[in-house]
Amino acid sequence: MRTIALAIVLLPAILAAQSGTAPRPLEVAYRQFQLANGLNVILHRDTSVPIVAVNVWYHVGSANERPGRTGFAHLFEHLMFEGSKNVKEGEFDTLLEGAGGDNNGSTTNDRTNYVIDVPSNALELALYLESDRMGYLLDTMSPERVNGQRDVVKNERRQSYENRPYGMASIELDKMLWPANHPYSWPTIGYMEDLTAASHDDVVQFFKKYYAPNNASLVIAGDIDYEKTKTLVEKWFGEVPKGEPVEPIAPPAAMLTGVKRQTMTDRVRLSKLFVAWLTPRVFAPGDAALDVVSSVLAGGKNSRLYKRLIYDTQMAQDVEATQQSGPLGSSFVIETTVRPGHTVAEVQKAIDEELAKLRQEPPSAREVQRALNQIEASFYRRMERVGSFGGKADQLNSYYWAGGGPDYFAEDLARYTSLSAGDVQAAAEEWLPPDRRVELTVNPEEKK
Amino acid sequence: MTAPAFRRGGRLQATQGRLKPAPTTILAALVIVLIGSATTLTQTKPDRAHPPSLGPTPRLTVPPIEKRTLANGLPVWIVEQHEVPLAQVNLVIHAGSGDDPANAFGLASFTAAMLDEGAGTRSALQIADEVEFLGASLGTTSSFDASAVRLNVPVRQLRPALALMADVALRPTFPAAEIERLRQERLTALLQAKDDAAAVAPLVFSRVVFGPTHRYGTAATGTAATLKAMTADEMRAFHTARYKPSNATLIVAGDVTAAAVLPQLEAAFGAWPMSAAGARTPVPSARQLTAGQVTIVDMPSAEQSQIRIGWVGVPRSTADYFPLLVLNTILGGSFTSRLNQNLREEHGYSYGASTRFDMRLSAGAFQAGAGVQTDKTADALREFFKELKGITEPVGAEELAKAKNYVALSFPGEFETITDLTSHLEEMAIYKLPDTYFSQYIANVQAVTAAAVQKAAATYIQPDKFAVVVVGDRKTIEAGVRALNLAPVRTQSVDEVLP
Repeated sequence: MRTIALAIVLLPAILAAQSGTAPRPLEVAYRQFQLANGLNVILHRDTSVPIVAVNVWYHVGSANERPGRTGFAHLFEHLMFEGSKNVKEGEFDTLLEGAGGDNNGSTTNDRTNYVIDVPSNALELALYLESDRMGYLLDTMSPERVNGQRDVVKNERRQSYENRPYGMASIELDKMLWPANHPYSWPTIGYMEDLTAASHDDVVQFFKKYYAPNNASLVIAGDIDYEKTKTLVEKWFGEVPKGEPVEPIAPPAAMLTGVKRQTMTDRVRLSKLFVAWLTPRVFAPGDAALDVVSSVLAGGKNSRLYKRLIYDTQMAQDVEATQQSGPLGSSFVIETTVRPGHTVAEVQKAIDEELAKLRQEPPSAREVQRALNQIEASFYRRMERVGSFGGKADQLNSYYWAGGGPDYFAEDLARYTSLSAGDVQAAAEEWLPPDRRVELTVNPEEKK
Repeated sequence: MTAPAFRRGGRLQATQGRLKPAPTTILAALVIVLIGSATTLTQTKPDRAHPPSLGPTPRLTVPPIEKRTLANGLPVWIVEQHEVPLAQVNLVIHAGSGDDPANAFGLASFTAAMLDEGAGTRSALQIADEVEFLGASLGTTSSFDASAVRLNVPVRQLRPALALMADVALRPTFPAAEIERLRQERLTALLQAKDDAAAVAPLVFSRVVFGPTHRYGTAATGTAATLKAMTADEMRAFHTARYKPSNATLIVAGDVTAAAVLPQLEAAFGAWPMSAAGARTPVPSARQLTAGQVTIVDMPSAEQSQIRIGWVGVPRSTADYFPLLVLNTILGGSFTSRLNQNLREEHGYSYGASTRFDMRLSAGAFQAGAGVQTDKTADALREFFKELKGITEPVGAEELAKAKNYVALSFPGEFETITDLTSHLEEMAIYKLPDTYFSQYIANVQAVTAAAVQKAAATYIQPDKFAVVVVGDRKTIEAGVRALNLAPVRTQSVDEVLP
């Protein structure tokens, strides 16, 4: 059995060497400029299909919220679609759909993004709509609009968290991981009572503080002409008034000093176990290595936890390991569902044994290369689409905010390809210790 | 940390998929300094009184499909797309859950899932290791109408990946231990589905509309009983009978040329022996519902009720395809659709409401659905029926134009990735659409008239005969639902409806 496995191991490497050209460098050509009001603008031309993506990031997320108003950044995001001074309620969507366009928005702890994808002939319509809400959202804002989206967002919370099996666990896990006054300790979706408390006056203050062009970045990617697009951006966004600079967040130190254990119940039939650590923030040393750790542990059938828990012993139904990277800090989370007839303790013991092995000994060259090859291919898959979430426009904005420049694709990939097996082991040893972590178990409710 | 919160739910959340969330930092202030001088403002104030007019609609040049045939008769469709050095190769087998034997619901699905669990001389673990090492993704899947093996791979690794793919598709070994493992995985997944109202509702709705014996009345994966009974011999027999070059289409898109890729395809798939596939018996047409009925499935303490409403719809071959596409867009197929505007924007009962026609080789369901807050369940049902009845009235010109433009003008965006492109080609192969389908698509949408929409609505939307399924907290919702007097109401537990 071992001999066969060895033969197989060598085969793809040989074929790869034979089958030709090196991958093309990852490059996304762009032009960048700044308006007098501080709006950062990035343009990228890609004419493969006649569509244009208009992507705006505001550097505000739930981390900017104050206690008592959690969930507000996301509720505010909803209000951005409800009309502005020159765009009647409902028109934002009807005008875009009538032009063959799609739009959406999302909020995380750290940023809020807005995406509009339109046929290339509707670029100016998208810029009109996007600039009107950047400049003149408050002109037609009302308590009724806030109430309307408050109900919608509460239903989003019910649908995606409360009424979803294990949906409340991530909220509980963040509370355990981060200190109470750390902005990552509360959920982006918000607590129900805080959603109830949000007021029209909060909307006014929040808009004035965070929704200024100098706190935003606009990417336009797709079938565009650089010069004409620049002129259009100046025309529609140039008059939007500049706001006060936004103070950076100064979060309290976050550190786990021991093992925190907690058990909660849910309306489920099987138990779930979460084991989690606080880890280095995005792009800090250790962040990329922990992505590879997650792949070695739970990426594919041969990964250590998958093979042990799902394939060999079949104690668990699923297992995931994720380095969840953020600018103010990251967490590494292992999540697994325990099969009927097995216990959380059994599964946790197996996880601990596998973690101990990885801390003590570097992974094999094959394990590391398999992970890196997957990561490299994923970078190319991210090059195809210009629009929506995760398209090139969104990624250019993401890298711009991260500070390395919009076209940071090759540098980002190099963070991974430069890693050795020893780096992966060292990351597991340093950042995934057995004695400083969080353990959350979700058990079925007692039968009534 | 917490997942992003979205303006819209459902499919859009999936767009972030396995990709790592985009990284962000707080270094923005530093960066702005590096950008250089700000541009000066030379423009006059823009006219915001009216939205800017749209320029001429851009033309979508549909990439040409090169249709070839391998020596063994396997049809090959190739589309060149050189933007990114990736290749997508989909082998479509024209057999799916609709071809399951009457006593073995779930066979096509289980067979497809077993393809990469041992093939040729490789074990399940070896296949997974090699696929991942190539940076490839290789999926095996099955729907009601077809099964497929789908490969996405950096193009420089295409040759070894094709060899693996061919083993998986043509030479699966169905090892007993792997079958038992997947069987337990699938049984556990069925058990877990009972926890989730959003998973229970569609299963119950299909059962109510199609009944226990019609194939569409049971999930593609089958039931606990059929899963427990399924054998390796049945899977082998299904594979032998259905997975044949004469019953398949090989679809290739990406950074390849036909001339270069054809010899590679011949090398990988040429050894597949030619033989005639047995005739395909279509799933019989389901008997249409003739009277309304309401089923409440109890999920004690649920914060929302999952609602599904509908009946038997149309097959993909319907002559009314384009009128129905436009009708559905107006009723519940877009953000500004009547149902979403009513339930979400006007009343705030829901995070989103939608409608769909499941068009398969035979008629699938028409369904309207939403998750609504528990204490507004009856109010939401009333609004559902208001909109379902309202759509049979004539549709105004502006609303019709908006829906047609939304469907027609967004079409080019569906050809951006090789994954999207090949999924359109799969649709073309499975439903035998004409070669001109893509090039005529926009014109066909634009040709839909208000009269055609109204006629389609009268035929296919008859709310008084619809089945209603509500999965929610019975003690809170039952009285209100009964008081609506929609139709006779029955109540069931989750374990009763999903044994």
